[in-house]
Amino acid sequence: MSDLARDAARHLRDNQLEQSELAALLLRIWHTPSGWLGSLTSVDHKVIGKRYILTAFAFLILGGLLAVLMRLQLAGAERKLLSPDLYNQVFTMHGSTMMFLFAVPVMEAFAVYFVPLMVGTRNIAFPRLNAFSYWIFLFGGCFLWIAFLFNVGPDVGWFAYVPLSSLQYNPGKRADVWAQMITFTEVAALAVAVEIVVTVFKQRAVGMTLDRIPVFVWAMLVTSFLVLLAMPSIMVASTTLILDRLVNTHFYDTASGGNVLLWQHLFWFFGHPEVYIIFIPGTGMVSMIIATFAGRPVVGYTIIVLSLIATGFLSFGLWVHHMFVTGLPQLGASMFTASSMLIAVPSGLQIFCWLATLWDGRPVYRTPLLFVLGFFAIFVLGGLSGVMVASVPIDMQVHDTYFVVAHFHYVLIGGAVFPLVGAVYYWFPKITGRMLNETLGRWNFWLAFIGFNVAFFPMHILGLMGMPRRVYTYTPELGWDHLNFLSSAGALVFAASFALLIANVVLSLNRGERAGDNPWDASTLEWATSSPPPPYNFSRIPLVTHRDPLWAEGVNLPVVAGLSVERREVLLSSIADAEPHTREASPEPSIWPLLTAIATTTFFVGSIFTPWAAVWGTPPIAIALIGWFWPTGSKEDEE
Amino acid sequence: MVVWLRSCLAVAATCLLTSCSGRQSAFNAQAAQSEEIKRILLIFIAVSTVVWAAVMLALLLGLIQRKRPRDQPLDPHDVFERRAGSAILVAGIATTITVLALSVVSYGAQRTVFANDPAAVTVKVIGHQWWWEVQYQADSPHLSFTTANEIRVPVGQPVTAELESADVIHSFWVPSLTGKMDLVTGQQNTVQFTAKSPGVYRGQCAEFCGAQHAHMAFTVTALPPDEYRRWRDHQNQSAPSPSDPLSIRGEQLFRGRGCGLCHTIRGTLAGGQLGPDLTHIASRETIAAGTLPRNSGNLAAWIADPQHIKPGNLMPKMSLRSDELIAILHYLEQLQ
Repeated sequence: MSDLARDAARHLRDNQLEQSELAALLLRIWHTPSGWLGSLTSVDHKVIGKRYILTAFAFLILGGLLAVLMRLQLAGAERKLLSPDLYNQVFTMHGSTMMFLFAVPVMEAFAVYFVPLMVGTRNIAFPRLNAFSYWIFLFGGCFLWIAFLFNVGPDVGWFAYVPLSSLQYNPGKRADVWAQMITFTEVAALAVAVEIVVTVFKQRAVGMTLDRIPVFVWAMLVTSFLVLLAMPSIMVASTTLILDRLVNTHFYDTASGGNVLLWQHLFWFFGHPEVYIIFIPGTGMVSMIIATFAGRPVVGYTIIVLSLIATGFLSFGLWVHHMFVTGLPQLGASMFTASSMLIAVPSGLQIFCWLATLWDGRPVYRTPLLFVLGFFAIFVLGGLSGVMVASVPIDMQVHDTYFVVAHFHYVLIGGAVFPLVGAVYYWFPKITGRMLNETLGRWNFWLAFIGFNVAFFPMHILGLMGMPRRVYTYTPELGWDHLNFLSSAGALVFAASFALLIANVVLSLNRGERAGDNPWDASTLEWATSSPPPPYNFSRIPLVTHRDPLWAEGVNLPVVAGLSVERREVLLSSIADAEPHTREASPEPSIWPLLTAIATTTFFVGSIFTPWAAVWGTPPIAIALIGWFWPTGSKEDEE
Repeated sequence: MVVWLRSCLAVAATCLLTSCSGRQSAFNAQAAQSEEIKRILLIFIAVSTVVWAAVMLALLLGLIQRKRPRDQPLDPHDVFERRAGSAILVAGIATTITVLALSVVSYGAQRTVFANDPAAVTVKVIGHQWWWEVQYQADSPHLSFTTANEIRVPVGQPVTAELESADVIHSFWVPSLTGKMDLVTGQQNTVQFTAKSPGVYRGQCAEFCGAQHAHMAFTVTALPPDEYRRWRDHQNQSAPSPSDPLSIRGEQLFRGRGCGLCHTIRGTLAGGQLGPDLTHIASRETIAAGTLPRNSGNLAAWIADPQHIKPGNLMPKMSLRSDELIAILHYLEQLQ
């Protein structure tokens, strides 16, 4: 081959090729290596996103089974199904699993899968970090559950208040397992947050200006910033707890001048934004589903986006409402009453925008929309009980009772899980190429809606009747048994709805109706490619001219050309106007993220047993990172 | 539909009624503080119900109204957008006003609940895993005494509870009297209540505190003032000396088998500080922090095997012969 020809080959671009030829070349460079070992090296955001979603749902099932166990124990007075010790592990595992291993990861998982598709790029930013994040999440979750199976499951509640979680009152390794599980999940979450922020800022398709970004992408951007700002607080908290337990520091030892309320401040400075880390993606899903099934763009796009951002900011000013009964100064506490109530305003504005959209739209009642309508009924109720608990005097009665249990399940299940299940029905066709069964979907919705309300509404009343949370039993003369029995019955129905979801997924995976590219006639870019999308997402990168590109341009979107077909390349664009800037190489598959995750896991798990793990645990990580970043002599480096 | 609604309402009404009469219910308000909280709780519930119903109505109307079919999702609808914009603005302003008004209502109630009048009675309540130490504070030391798990107060007089913890964080909560307040390790919090009518009000630890968090109850009994004074003067006395041979043997065993290392019986050599003060155990209604009614059978079962009744609690199982158990039991039942 002459120099000239080689030069031409190196600079072969997509605009020089026919469609079929282009697809074949792109597939060759973007596909994940086949085979068992090859699949471990994948850096494809869709492969990792699917793994993330499935793993998070596996933890949902595990956490849900624990919830069923608790409801069976509490169905009547003085039942003896679980011992107190086991019950305390079970409710701690339920909360920790749902918050750290399901709710946050599943939202990030949907972002990992869909944000690159929605912004029209070929892979997420930092794909190897993405792979690393998944492995760390998986290992952290398995670590917690394996510990639980060996009767070393944490038993201090999902917020692990000191001094109950200190070595003095919790000897053994149970609280260490909890604290180190936090470290795992925080590392994983922070990695994804960075990827999402960079993907949204730098990899949007040309023409996708700030006011053309899909609402779900906005929601994930805000969420990612919340993760970046909130999670360091809990990392400080869990690390200081481990240090107290492992090497006798005195952060939380009051006898040596430590302070136990410091823990609560650090925890809730993370813990309150955490609620919004879970809920904001849910609102993003609601906006997408409503637009599609109302058959028109959401009313008040700007209001919705600004509300998301305002919610993000305000969420950092509420944490003290978890501490109203710890004896804080009264004036300060009442300031947090006002700020906690004010967050109802941006949430309310979003709800008004969705209502307006449905007023003007032509609603098509498919399963995703049903779940969104269920979301309205449940989430609004949860938001209103949230206004109640924001009041200091009312909180004095309902704090740490079943009223609060009811409240946060209404907010989290109503605000996040209902939209999420709707999103599963909505995006399943894109991920698998098959539709979920609509009849089963309707059964799924009604079982979930009725089961949820029967399970959780009575808890409001139980809380006002004086039932504290986290009690493994109660005596019959308190008169709580009827409502508890009702609640347990509802919980079983609610659990059945998830069994139906799983059945629907399994049945539809191979036998579902074929979906086509855009089965719902939706407007955003993920529907502009095939279902499931090819490894390179788009054979040609779309040019965005409108907030709803598929409605404005139809199926034949204008495209930009000029990306290499010789190596993995993504197009970088400017932050505000999404003008094309450069072509950037995107990493090849690699086994090193997995090896780094294994080395990191060894370090993390070892260090709850001996501080020396911090010494001998470091070299393997360093070696793995050197392998990860070893210069490969890519063409970009040569040029 | 109507029948269904009616039965729902009936169930709801029953629930509300039972919660009003409950022994441990926020709706069974029997003190100035809890009445104030109940008052604003009802305001908040009413406002919330109206708002929820309004949102659901707006949703329903939006869904059922007849609409002309539309060809294109992006058909312009400037008129609707303008109207919707104003409606959203108005609704947003209404939301803001509502939550600000509720904040003011809440702040007013907060001032009442935390008014902190000069206390007629001050009790220091110290949380332990899993029972309550109650120290009656008085200006003169001879009027101070210690008891456990049962607090008695005079009706109509402000009572201040000074809350401390001996170990982990607990929370002092008697819904009929006032809201809860935590017993935080390393600091003292206070809470005040003024009981309006005589009665026995049940409370329970509300902050998860370990294995037996579920069995950490207590009662506050409001008595007419003179009855309260009689009770106080009686509690203030040391335990009567054992008179009959069996209770003398019981007293010896109580010390000899190590009970006195953890429990105090004033007037004897038993002076342990780890467990509840038992000077007047026979005057209490319950044992093991509200877990069981106090009677001979339960007390015997408890002493024989406390771990069976309340697994994980700090009282070890003592290996006592049955005649020893009977003697100790007999002695304790003398401690009126």
